[in-house]
Amino acid sequence: MTAIQNNTFSSLTPAQFAAIGADLDAIRNRVRTDLGQRDADYIHNIVKRQRQFEVAGRVMMMIPPTWPLGVAALSVSKILDNMEIGHNVMHGQYDWMGEPALNSKHFEWDSADTSKNWKITHNYEHHTFTNVLNKDHDIGYGLLRMSEDQKWEPRFLANIPLTVLLHTFFQHFVAVQNLKLEEVLVYKTKSTAQLKEEFKPVWAKLKKQLKKDYVYFPALAGPLAPLVLVGNAAANLARNVWACAVIFNGHFPEDVEQFPESVVENETRGQWYVRQLLGSANFSGGRLMHIMSGNLSFQIEHHLFPDLPAHRYAEIAPEVRAICEKHGLPYKTGSFLRQSISTWKRIAKLSLPSGRSGKVSQRAANEEALAPLAMAA
Amino acid sequence: MSATTPRTHRFANGLRRALTSRLAAALTYPHGVDRYLEQFAPTASLTEVRAEVVAIRHQTDDSVTLSLRPNGNWQGFRAGQYVRLTVEIDGVRRTRCYSPANSVHATDGLIELTAKTHAGGFVSKFLKQRLTVGTTVGLSQAEGRFALPDARPARVLLISGGSGITPVMAMLRTLTDEGFAGPISFLHYSNAAKDQIYAAELAGIAAMFPNLQLLRGYAEPNQGGELEGLFCRAHLNAVPDFADAEAFLCGPPGMMKAVQKLWADEGIGERLHLEHFSAAPAVLADSANAEGDVRFIRSERLAQNSGATLLDQAEAAGLKPESGCRMGICHACTCRKASGRVRDIRTGEISDAGEADIQICISVPVGTVTLDL
Repeated sequence: MTAIQNNTFSSLTPAQFAAIGADLDAIRNRVRTDLGQRDADYIHNIVKRQRQFEVAGRVMMMIPPTWPLGVAALSVSKILDNMEIGHNVMHGQYDWMGEPALNSKHFEWDSADTSKNWKITHNYEHHTFTNVLNKDHDIGYGLLRMSEDQKWEPRFLANIPLTVLLHTFFQHFVAVQNLKLEEVLVYKTKSTAQLKEEFKPVWAKLKKQLKKDYVYFPALAGPLAPLVLVGNAAANLARNVWACAVIFNGHFPEDVEQFPESVVENETRGQWYVRQLLGSANFSGGRLMHIMSGNLSFQIEHHLFPDLPAHRYAEIAPEVRAICEKHGLPYKTGSFLRQSISTWKRIAKLSLPSGRSGKVSQRAANEEALAPLAMAA
Repeated sequence: MSATTPRTHRFANGLRRALTSRLAAALTYPHGVDRYLEQFAPTASLTEVRAEVVAIRHQTDDSVTLSLRPNGNWQGFRAGQYVRLTVEIDGVRRTRCYSPANSVHATDGLIELTAKTHAGGFVSKFLKQRLTVGTTVGLSQAEGRFALPDARPARVLLISGGSGITPVMAMLRTLTDEGFAGPISFLHYSNAAKDQIYAAELAGIAAMFPNLQLLRGYAEPNQGGELEGLFCRAHLNAVPDFADAEAFLCGPPGMMKAVQKLWADEGIGERLHLEHFSAAPAVLADSANAEGDVRFIRSERLAQNSGATLLDQAEAAGLKPESGCRMGICHACTCRKASGRVRDIRTGEISDAGEADIQICISVPVGTVTLDL
């Protein structure tokens, strides 16, 4: 069920890796040369809808009978802003358009985390070192026990309540996580002064976000301020829970693999592709589900081609799946509910002490013998 | 002026004050007011100049003339200056420089741009064939030092070739609108009468203003021009006092060189003001012996130096650096060179090897160059 016991990765030959890489590169090159008006129209339309939902939501929230609609509209707006727009724009998916407002260099999202920090921890670290223990700082690692290769400690009994907490305050966890507190608290590789310095831009952004949702907009509503304040909190909560759930489903269902640090040494493009494939899982759904998840329902395609416009993933998914079948690779997908249950089961199981079960691959055994994985924080 | 104008004006000012307030910025954080405004009215913006295409006409088979209505951020221009026009083509924003050809005193508030389509002219072809009335385009404020001096010269000589007529057309129209009384001589060169843009307008102005001396030259024979062939010393026989005039020149490279040389030889170089409207031909002779690599550090790409400009090489490597005029005047493409020597294709000057901001559209690498791109 977990970790490094799966043999898929180690059973492939260099020639097979190269062939898989060539097949996937062909898809990528074809889509890149095909980018054009259709993609620009798509993202422009999504941005337009997001702005409309936001304005409508904020207005409706100030009128008591439409308050629930307002909360719903603002929730949708924040989810679109963060996922189909923010996450994807910051990946550089639309840089080719040459539009400053949709450029990964300039875009800032409606979330506590600064785009600058996000681009380092997410675009670079998470997407380069996907599911590599100790290297992938994507949410979950560190705080929770997400792999059997992580040594059990009594604190992991709180795996489930902590996961709930993580969903609730997701945007703030992301913002703080990007500061890599463990480097100060556990490894002592970062000084408190340095942390303070790094916290400055985060706090500057956090303040603006908090003031907007919890001071200015409530104040605009006059006597109805509490209504707006609660509504904004609800919209932020809805976005937090949804975004966190989507991300957990993308990397933590039980059959998703994790990798030891050694895999990234001299890794070829083909091997990188295969690791992305094995480290991600999709969930199925309709068009609305895909848009609302920022097309991270196609987490596999996203991890293979993080800078292709995400609305293209649905189109190339059948080809990716065919390539997987051709090369005997698993293509993990299931309904949102199935993937969620699987993820929560994994979190629950790993909160209890457990050794490795099942057979361990030769490769992983060697890994353990040579350099025991030191999963501390 | 109607009675409602001051009230409308007050309302517009009040709205503007509200939208530029710190509260508006805080409420629309992190996207900013403009990102919401543009969803309601595509040309609306607090800071950016945008314009609506209100008319398109085709003076000749190979040209297109656009009338643009700019939003309130447009600060006007000095006759001779250019703007950077941005259009979206197949989802990609493309920027090129064009000089408004209208008078700065035009009362309709429109900006008139004329583009000649030429082989490989990707943007001009789009403007000619696909742009439609009602489209919103991006504009920069007017830029460039090529302009009529505020203290109008007593004697004006305008020399242009091909589509280089646009900035000097703005000068001519501005001067005649002002009732400029001094003598103006206008030498314009084109291939053939059928290709000449602003032919009718020039003839019309010449008929109305006796102080305008209009001299037309055509490369093709029997076009009925006052001058024969390309620019030469003999053409100035009709303008015996040319040395006393402030001369304004814009045209293709060959013509510009010939005029510049003559003015330099006459020792009156400081009276010649000029605008390059097309880049000097790229130094292709060097592509055969181009050496080294071009390293784009931010995008982690490496390309073998092809001898083309760094902008071309960056685009060939799949990057999308910001660019505008592609001829070294607008500085939109300026980027940091971390190391290596580059040659300015306009001057042949070779830079030093240190870190510097360079305009990549006119810089050709000399050996290995590392760019922060």
